Amino acid sequence: MKIVYFAWVRERVGKTDEELEPPAGVATVGDLMAWLAGRGEEYAYAFENPKVIRAAIDRVHVRPDTALSQAREIAFFPPMTGG
Amino acid sequence: MTVRLQREPFDTAAETAALTLGRTDIGAVVTFTGICRGAEDGTPIAALTLEHYPGMAEAEIARHVEEAEQRWALLGVTVIHRYGRIAPGEDIVLVVTTSSHRQDAFAAAEFLMDYLKTRAPFWKQVEQAGATHWVDAKSADDAAADRWKAPRRDEAAE
Repeated sequence: MKIVYFAWVRERVGKTDEELEPPAGVATVGDLMAWLAGRGEEYAYAFENPKVIRAAIDRVHVRPDTALSQAREIAFFPPMTGG
Repeated sequence: MTVRLQREPFDTAAETAALTLGRTDIGAVVTFTGICRGAEDGTPIAALTLEHYPGMAEAEIARHVEEAEQRWALLGVTVIHRYGRIAPGEDIVLVVTTSSHRQDAFAAAEFLMDYLKTRAPFWKQVEQAGATHWVDAKSADDAAADRWKAPRRDEAAE
């Protein structure tokens, strides 16, 4: 699946997007954040407080308990500050 | 419905005219323009840079315009949100709502702005005193958006 990052999540991870295939046990958005956090120092820093990170699957907001199932693109970003 | 994301400035008068030209059913136009302030917490800022999620930002704004069109009797809506670097005094966002009577246009414009602030995937970075930092989300903005979740009084009474 394609994973995209925005704002300070992007800066901490150090990339805008990447293609990753998480292992079978990674079933939800929250699982994916925990798995990503274990991928290295920069990911651990980006996901150190998963409660503040927001997510979207295929460009629709989702909660941490949402199943990844057929997700093509999953995005992680801080709370939004537009307007 | 017109939803546009752009780097360039927008022309509020032209956008308003485009919604009302040749129509006699519209009795009210509400425009809201969000402008970049020149100081934050008493310290001058050099500029804001707005990052957005292309594709999702348009879709998320359109979903909220659709919801506004279901909740209020609107005759046309335009939302324009800029991205990129924006200097103090420049416009950031425009919401124009039109209706027969003012209440619908007022309420819908406020609803759309409250949701834009908390649900549209945009992030503001501030250039201040030679450094940059990301703007923190404000709980007051969440509270402003949450109040629209309760059913409107006139609906509850029906």
